[in-house]
Amino acid sequence: MVNQPVEVTEKVVGVGGVGVVTIEGGSGRPLLMLHDELGFPGWMQWNEVLAAERRFIVPLQPGFGRTPRVDWFRSVRDVAAFYARMVRELGVGPIDVMGFSLGGWIAAEMAAAAPELFERVVLVAPLGVRPAKGEILDFLAMTMRRHVMATVSNQAAEEATALYGGGVSPEQYELFEAARAESSRLAWEPFMHDHTLPHRLGGVQGPDTLILWGDKDQVVPRGCAEIYAEAIPGARLEIIPGAGHRPEIEDRERFVGLVGAFLKAPPAADALSGPKSFVRVN
Amino acid sequence: MQFNYITERGYRGLTDEQVYENGAYFGLPNSEFDAQQGSADYNAYLDEAVLAEQVGFDGVALNEHHSNPFALGAVLNIEAAVLARLTERVRIVLIGNPIPAHRNPLRLAEELAMIDLISKGRLVTGWVRGSGPEHFCNNSNPAFNREMFEEGHDFIVDAWTKPGPWRYEGKHFNYRHVNPWALPYQKPVPPAIIPGFLSRETAEWAVDKGYPYLGLGGPLAPNADLMDFYADRYAKRGLQAGPENFGHVVFCYVDDDKERAERIGLEAFTFGGGNSAFAKAEYTLPAGYNSPAAIKRLATVPQGGWLGVTKERLDEKTEGTRERSLEKQRHAAAAKYHQMRENLQMVVGTPEEVTAMLKTVLTCLRPGMLFFMAPFGNVSDEDRRRSIRLLGEQVLPELRAEADRLELTDMFQRQPGSVELEPGQNRRPVVDRDAIAEYTAKALAA
Repeated sequence: MVNQPVEVTEKVVGVGGVGVVTIEGGSGRPLLMLHDELGFPGWMQWNEVLAAERRFIVPLQPGFGRTPRVDWFRSVRDVAAFYARMVRELGVGPIDVMGFSLGGWIAAEMAAAAPELFERVVLVAPLGVRPAKGEILDFLAMTMRRHVMATVSNQAAEEATALYGGGVSPEQYELFEAARAESSRLAWEPFMHDHTLPHRLGGVQGPDTLILWGDKDQVVPRGCAEIYAEAIPGARLEIIPGAGHRPEIEDRERFVGLVGAFLKAPPAADALSGPKSFVRVN
Repeated sequence: MQFNYITERGYRGLTDEQVYENGAYFGLPNSEFDAQQGSADYNAYLDEAVLAEQVGFDGVALNEHHSNPFALGAVLNIEAAVLARLTERVRIVLIGNPIPAHRNPLRLAEELAMIDLISKGRLVTGWVRGSGPEHFCNNSNPAFNREMFEEGHDFIVDAWTKPGPWRYEGKHFNYRHVNPWALPYQKPVPPAIIPGFLSRETAEWAVDKGYPYLGLGGPLAPNADLMDFYADRYAKRGLQAGPENFGHVVFCYVDDDKERAERIGLEAFTFGGGNSAFAKAEYTLPAGYNSPAAIKRLATVPQGGWLGVTKERLDEKTEGTRERSLEKQRHAAAAKYHQMRENLQMVVGTPEEVTAMLKTVLTCLRPGMLFFMAPFGNVSDEDRRRSIRLLGEQVLPELRAEADRLELTDMFQRQPGSVELEPGQNRRPVVDRDAIAEYTAKALAA
């Protein structure tokens, strides 16, 4: 077990004239992390564990209070295209990506349009599709405080209390407000989902996909995770019992176990052979 | 001076308990709507506008709010159209259509032109961004509210003035055939007044477009601050702002029986928590609606907020509201009401008392257009109509004389923007700071 804390740095990466504030930490193969609709919560214990073997690359999404807003973004698909450009220009592809909630949606959009960007995809409680049953929580029709509280169901989780137990500082308030405003901007209607994403994910060959969902998730219903599992060829859905929308905080051990194993396993055979292919080569 | 009558047009079939239980008016289930009551209310309010004309008001005003028993005028253009036919003299002042909620500025251009035509040129449009809840009812993205407002407004003015057919491909709106055959009666376009609650961005926009500004509330000093802000920006354009640039709203109930005035004033204006119970915090300022700077500024205005935008709400101090007893909530509402009376935001009493208070308002703020907002709650037609009559017959004539003495020209007597400054000339004051200080000192001492 590595005892020395990982060095976490912040830099600015130029992408199409936009200075993307990017958090980096860890060593090993790069791992792209796309944060959720409340913004990057900071370097958590689960990051620390996985950073022993992976170098995290965490872009702070434009418009979320650090990276300037990109005015031409009209949809989550646009953000995905922008991040795809970033991955290409960084020269780190094919890369593994882990997306949380809105970040998961972005990752899915990237995979749908350009699967060659990724080797592995982890979607944690992803937004982006309309569930057959239930509804995505209308977190923009509630106060910021209620929204934040709704993301964590296991209130006993230590990091949850540390993060959200006390009051919100003025700086954090502004960041949350920016995050919610930008999320609104991108995905107000239809609310936090896209009509065609499940179709566009169909037949996407390439990356291995792991979908994680906490069965106490108050934000994203199970149906969303199931649609993703159904739509993405070869995807595997893992339920984390007792965890809400933030399984990485609410059941860190299980989360790190599942993700760690997934990231270590060799990728499935490539598109020209194996069960995923519909082209049989004789 | 121009006097307008306005009412929120509340649904009068609820108890204040129901509103307190819900925590606000907005979101009360519409299973509580009784069609007989609703029908009676819509018609009674139309009749009030007709009465207002009869007793001497210069204008009748309407506002637009959706899905809210506090204000039934969801499609205010329908009411305006009915009044275009029922009235003959008064201006029909809309304060106003929330352009981003409609998201169809061409349709709005048609509706308003028809109202202006049917009324034979009595429409005054009011362009608003729409309060928080309107976004949820109309699924209008608050993050694009200001963009839609500005683009929609410019499109409407063009639709009215550019010869068609022409084609428009914009950011938020697209129309491939713009050629409306309903064009306004008034040329080039009907006059407009822009309502706002202490919003600097709205005032800035109003100045840039040359529109007068209608202050919706708040104590004297913050109102004066905003008026000075407007006037300063106006001066940068080389123009002297005057009373014709400013409207002002007072909440008013008049009764010849003093005891009844006090009783009804209190019951009505505090009903369910009053207009600050319009909607809960989560609906009031949706994410993306206001700039961070604006939110910070709003958070400094104590009490007496507009439509639920109060410091307490923004601080989310009212989240525990429902846990408070009915008695405590009524008490809090009453305290707020008394403060607003001291601030001259709420003006309640006999004709003599109301006249004296309004003379102070006119002296301090010097608006050219005054809007009398009727009581909320379940006040009877008889009491409401008596108030209108007393206002028209006893209060307005006094105020007109006072306004003449103070030289409070309105936007119809003098075109806003018609008084230019000499190069290098400083602007003249638009408010009376001495009078405000004097009144505030007196109120504190009392």
